[in-house]
Amino acid sequence: METLFFVIISLVAIISAILVITCKNPINSALSLIMTFFCLATYYVMLDAPFMAAIQVMVYAGAIMVLIVFTIMLLNIRVNATQKHSHKVLLGSILGIFILINTVVLLFKSQVSNPVGGLTGDLIKNLGHSELIGREMFTTFLLPFEITSILLLVAIIGSVILAKKKI
Amino acid sequence: MGIEILGLPMMYYIVMVVKVLVAFVFVLLTVAYATYAERKIIGHMQVRLGPMRTGWHGLLQPIADGVKLFFKEEIVPSQASAFAFLVAPLIALVPAFITFAVIPFGGTIELFGYKIPLQVAAYYDTTAGQVFDVNVGVLYILAMSSLGVYGIVLAGWASNSKYSLMGGLRASAQMISYELSAGLSIIAVFMLSGTLSLTKIVELQSGFGGFEWYLFKQPLAAFMFFVCSLAEINRTPFDLPEAETELVSGFCTEYSSMKYAMFFMAEYANMVTVCALTATLFLGGWNGPFAVAVPLLGPVYFVAKVYFLMFFCMWIRATVPRYRYDQLMHLGWKVFIPLALVNIVITGIIGYFI
Repeated sequence: METLFFVIISLVAIISAILVITCKNPINSALSLIMTFFCLATYYVMLDAPFMAAIQVMVYAGAIMVLIVFTIMLLNIRVNATQKHSHKVLLGSILGIFILINTVVLLFKSQVSNPVGGLTGDLIKNLGHSELIGREMFTTFLLPFEITSILLLVAIIGSVILAKKKI
Repeated sequence: MGIEILGLPMMYYIVMVVKVLVAFVFVLLTVAYATYAERKIIGHMQVRLGPMRTGWHGLLQPIADGVKLFFKEEIVPSQASAFAFLVAPLIALVPAFITFAVIPFGGTIELFGYKIPLQVAAYYDTTAGQVFDVNVGVLYILAMSSLGVYGIVLAGWASNSKYSLMGGLRASAQMISYELSAGLSIIAVFMLSGTLSLTKIVELQSGFGGFEWYLFKQPLAAFMFFVCSLAEINRTPFDLPEAETELVSGFCTEYSSMKYAMFFMAEYANMVTVCALTATLFLGGWNGPFAVAVPLLGPVYFVAKVYFLMFFCMWIRATVPRYRYDQLMHLGWKVFIPLALVNIVITGIIGYFI
């Protein structure tokens, strides 16, 4: 059952990922990208990580892609059919093939380790995924968490200063 | 029930399908008659009668409207971006409906010795002896409501009309802003409950004979969440994306027939969802007097609370004039977000000392 579900979701993910780069209309590409993000969120759910799934949809599909769609709409980028062949395609395909070989080598030559640490599926089911993440974030990884929040604060202040005409 | 499919009893599948159907039909019927109720209530508030001709006191009006919209001509503007234009009403409608999957509309009832939690995405684990539901229920709802914006934005962009584009731009800016303050305002509730699961949040409000509501503990959060949700689903007084005096009909100017009806349904389905969520988070969900002893009373209380909140929405529509756009942005960013943050800090300080 789970394998069948995985296959279906993977098919949708791959097809929409291909559509992202083949669609001529930028808005349709953006829509396909949202679909891909959605499939990734489904993978997180299947890996017993519902919190990550919700955050994936909220941040990527709900916030970042809205901004991208917003920008496309404001700039009114229409279908650009004049530029068909360029060196970019060649470079991109070489890079793509290289990454593909890289991934295949990594998958078959490297040793896959078993899950490390005490976080098992049962523990997540009993305690809740978000509780576990919160606990780890505010105890073990407190310093990185605080540094990230200061970075975000700096980014917020920076964007306010950039947007303001006079301070 | 002896038959098992993939390790789960047959009853599990039957119950799931029935629950999905019940929730879906409930939302659809409520949406259909909410249009009628809105016209009738606003009519009476403005000393008019509202629809009177179709059926007794206009009771068949939603059906007549539906038939009319169904048989209207389907028009796709020649310069529209076809795919996005066709898919936009669907994207607007689907998130509004699937949010209902995690909202508990009743306690656990027992049928043929099989315990059924009245919540679509939940099941009773017999070995563990407790109900499992989506333990990030509220985050799921926030995630889905953040998807709702695409329908409106795409509709505005794909129609290739100035009014639609203006409506779409307004909608996206407004929905992103108010999504933030709605999300921030309910963090105070999670600080009290210590869980994101909606079933547990409802259980925690069952004290005092079903009246230990978070509304009394977090009145500011309740108010802010409700107002921000109204803005997020583009209800009056925040219905700027379809302000008819300025933008004809906003993002759905170019839509006709069933596609227009789908936007309309999405708006009302969003209203049902927001009211159900407010009832669950702040008004104790299905809790009420004797709701634990008589499980069938739970859904009755829940529906009553949802309908009361929907009446409240319509009341607001009849009373409050529309905001201006800069006032709306000012309210969202400079009033609600700081207030929500202050509320979180105060809840944290009080929670530390109690």
